[in-house]
Amino acid sequence: MKNLRLTVTEVSKHFNRRRIFQDISFSLNCGESLSITGRNGSGKSTLVKIVAGVLSPTRGSVQFYRGENALVEDDVKHELGLVSPYLQLYDEFSATENMTILSSIRASQDSEPSYREHIFNQFNLWDRRNDLVRTFSSGMKQRLKYIFALYHKPSILILDEPTSNLDEEGINAVREVAEEFKKSSILIVATNDQSEASWCSRRIHLG
Amino acid sequence: MNAISSTYALVLKDFRSELRTRYAVNALIMFVVTAVAVIMFALREDHPGNDVLAGMFWVVVFFTGMSGLSRSFVSEEERGTSMTLQLVASSTVVYFGKLLFNVILTLAMVLAVTILYMLVFSGFVIETFSIFIVTVILGSLGLASAATIIAAIIAKANTRGTLYPVLSFPILIVLLMTVMSATSKALDGLELSAAYSDFVVLGSYCMVMTAGSWIFFDYVWKD
Repeated sequence: MKNLRLTVTEVSKHFNRRRIFQDISFSLNCGESLSITGRNGSGKSTLVKIVAGVLSPTRGSVQFYRGENALVEDDVKHELGLVSPYLQLYDEFSATENMTILSSIRASQDSEPSYREHIFNQFNLWDRRNDLVRTFSSGMKQRLKYIFALYHKPSILILDEPTSNLDEEGINAVREVAEEFKKSSILIVATNDQSEASWCSRRIHLG
Repeated sequence: MNAISSTYALVLKDFRSELRTRYAVNALIMFVVTAVAVIMFALREDHPGNDVLAGMFWVVVFFTGMSGLSRSFVSEEERGTSMTLQLVASSTVVYFGKLLFNVILTLAMVLAVTILYMLVFSGFVIETFSIFIVTVILGSLGLASAATIIAAIIAKANTRGTLYPVLSFPILIVLLMTVMSATSKALDGLELSAAYSDFVVLGSYCMVMTAGSWIFFDYVWKD
């Protein structure tokens, strides 16, 4: 099992004078999973963005550790995968081009061809891998976000509204990934859906 | 080494994207051609002095830059790919990647304006090439540095079209005055040493703007 730990300490977020949430704290080791639930506007996506490092908290801290050593920002980018409605890929590139270009920018090695084929097939996009993303439907773009999140074999997977825009086949693929992932890595799911929240062993309710 | 290869990959991504979308290049080309044509029609048979020609040269460069250099960040916000970039690259990589892209774009733009000016205005004759080359390089670097950080600031704003030139002008006024002065000396045929004071100002401006923008960028890039 990977020796990774996520520690969120008294994280609060305000936008101007509006308090979104206050003093959220939790710690997750590999093999643990957490669902973040709450009504619309309670800050689920905001908390997810803070944990993923794309938004700064007003107060508090988010820290990743390998053993006793705190990971720096660049190391976290190699360990973390995020699927979010706010994430988009580049329309003018093909699915494969998006993966290889973003891998180059992340300075991670391109995946082995067998793994690449495996995850593209897992999300039923292997036949469309060389097509431009602008030709994809919204459901296909959502599947491609999963491929992007898993391409570099992360140790932490964060899913915000995991099954939005997906058909039954896509939902099953996501459920399989989540089940497999939480056994040996860290899984965080932000959702309104109680069945998705039940994928995780622990829960935080916002709002 | 990782940061350098990541930065290079980001610059390459932006060029590949630009080749496919022509997001910034079309705006730059159209503005350069239109601006030079308007000036040509306005001047007709008049032969302005070298200081006026130098001033008009950099006015065209400035406003062309305002129409195109913001797109490196605005396009990421408009397409929703800012978060994607934040997930794969540190703020240092993003800043220097976008800066390098804008420097190359600015140099290409200045080259295009230079060629057009030499074709259209018979009085635009570069007597001291060395002064002109150094001025163009330092001026482009300074313009791109300022334009990059301002683009990052306004990318998330609603009125970015108006805000960009409004924020840029006070920051760029020192640069513009200096490059106009140095270019005028190049057209007048003065010796390289006559422009040393201008080069010192331009070099200092580039260093301060680049370093300050790099420090400030992390706060701008992340909400």
